Amino acid sequence: MPHHLELAAVSKSFKANKVLEDISLTADAGEIVVIFGPSGTGKTVLLRLIAGVEEPTTGKISIDDQDMADVAPEHRDVGMAFQNFALFPHLNAFENIASPLRARAQGDAQVKDGVARVARLLKIDHVLGHAPRQLSNGQKQRTALARALASSPKLLLLDDPLRNVDAKLRFEMRLELPRLLRQAKSTVLYVTQDYKEAMALADRIAVLAQGRFVQVASPEEIYRKPATVGVARLFGDPTINLAETTVGPDGAIDFAGEKVAIDKSYAALAGRPVTFGVRPEAVEMTKDKGTGLKAQVMAVTPLNERTVLLLQTSSGAELLASLPSSSAQIPRAESEVRITFNARGTHLFDRDTGATLGQGSRP
Amino acid sequence: MDHTSTFERIVRGILIGLVLVFFLFPIFWIVLMSFQTNETILRIPPSIVFEPTLSNYSALITGRLETTAGNLDIAFMKNLGNSVFLSVASVLVSLALGIPAAYAFARFRFRLGEDIAFTLLSFRFAPPLLVLLPLSLYFKQLGLTNTYIGLIWVYQLICLPLILWIVRGYFEDISPDIEHAYRIAGNSWWQTFRKIAVPLAMPGIAAAGLLAFIFAWNNFIFALILASADKQPVTVGALAFVTASGIQYGQIAAAIVLSIAPTLALALYAQRYLVEGLSLGAVKG
Repeated sequence: MPHHLELAAVSKSFKANKVLEDISLTADAGEIVVIFGPSGTGKTVLLRLIAGVEEPTTGKISIDDQDMADVAPEHRDVGMAFQNFALFPHLNAFENIASPLRARAQGDAQVKDGVARVARLLKIDHVLGHAPRQLSNGQKQRTALARALASSPKLLLLDDPLRNVDAKLRFEMRLELPRLLRQAKSTVLYVTQDYKEAMALADRIAVLAQGRFVQVASPEEIYRKPATVGVARLFGDPTINLAETTVGPDGAIDFAGEKVAIDKSYAALAGRPVTFGVRPEAVEMTKDKGTGLKAQVMAVTPLNERTVLLLQTSSGAELLASLPSSSAQIPRAESEVRITFNARGTHLFDRDTGATLGQGSRP
Repeated sequence: MDHTSTFERIVRGILIGLVLVFFLFPIFWIVLMSFQTNETILRIPPSIVFEPTLSNYSALITGRLETTAGNLDIAFMKNLGNSVFLSVASVLVSLALGIPAAYAFARFRFRLGEDIAFTLLSFRFAPPLLVLLPLSLYFKQLGLTNTYIGLIWVYQLICLPLILWIVRGYFEDISPDIEHAYRIAGNSWWQTFRKIAVPLAMPGIAAAGLLAFIFAWNNFIFALILASADKQPVTVGALAFVTASGIQYGQIAAAIVLSIAPTLALALYAQRYLVEGLSLGAVKG
């Protein structure tokens, strides 16, 4: 079966400024692909290329196996929600949502039904008569989303639609969106710079950095097997602990002046300069006096279901640990603890390139 | 919060009063003059107590000027009609040409784009006399002297740069994403221009059109040189009141009142758009 959307070696430059380089991506019908990356990495430009309001400098974009090079935006059958909403200020919410239906020359009754359907879905039926400036940010965002969904396009491009809404609504929408998107049955490209949003929505995540994809994989794989140290740092809250070190002959890691044995497979990398990473939730407290690394608890911060500890080893290295708040092991601030690393949350990266060298597997 | 003291308020009132007197007194005086005969106007000392007469207006409207030296035909009403026709037609042509051009300058970067836009603006800097001499020669050759088409063409020098530059700012202020959204919704470029760009720039278009109308209406020199009596607007036609038997102040005043009436009415009607239109463009909302 052909892919619904296919990007082949797409690049985009504005004058001398290369924004996107060698972007290749496929998406199957009905799949939700999240484009994730920090701001300024070209996520929005990528959506604009697919929508057809910008043209790629090189490379090919096809939808349903048809080359989009000479296809105008109005003929691509895509729906797009813009980060700044881009509602038509002189039309009320109803007409905003109706615009894709009217453009498809549907009769008044059909337009009315179509608008009512998406408005009900997004709970904005009561504000359809309002002008955009009379809507709250949340309602604007829903109106923009409704407009993108109204004509049931085969391809939906959502450009960080939750960026400009308040925290409460963002939380609600993060729960609702997956259901909405499944219902729409469209292929979805969803841009965000919030890793939780990416994890919650995606079938696959494509991580964009400096105009290139560094990793395209399932959320689980992105988290468990990050391709680079940059990806590891972007996913996870609190962020992964990183230390520059070397691997000992037996595979032990030189961490903060002490040898820490973690995973036997690391022996293959003996002598190599690496960046060692350990997820805060893989930092575990141990009662056994004979093992583990001695550390001082500097601060204890409860964050709902998890509690974050700031630890300092005897040599002065700082690291974060995250424990379930229900755990009986939560130490007090200022106390001395001994810590071990759970191999499953540890990673080794090449110190120069940042590319992954492997991760611990022993539980 | 308002911390102005009584003193400040009084000073402010006086200053505003002075400005108003400065600008409005001449208009007030002209209106008074238009209801007086030459004799009462030239009376020394002048007085605002007089017996009002409509003779000035009736002379203008019937087109027969009665002076001590005899009767004189004047074409004032014809001139007024010319003014309306020339100004309206020039503004319409300018809008038809200027709005698409303004959109192009606002949205697309093309070779020499800025230079072309600036050249168009520079027509406003050049003294009209500089252009007029060569232009009157060309017009003779082309047979455009004393035609409406020729005048409307020349009036583009006044209207087009104004409309182009004001409306361009408005188009630039519209987020391109709004237009992109309309296109992605399934509309062609032309529909997007008509249904999104033009309506959103409407306050600017109205303001620019109004200003262009006023400038076209007030123009004197182009019509003086390039047209003869039957095509001349009021600004030139008013010269007819300087007659062999003296200057007809009363009729001049009445003519001025009649000729500023349309622009004044238009400006008052549209002043909301005008102020909004000229200020909103500068402030992103």
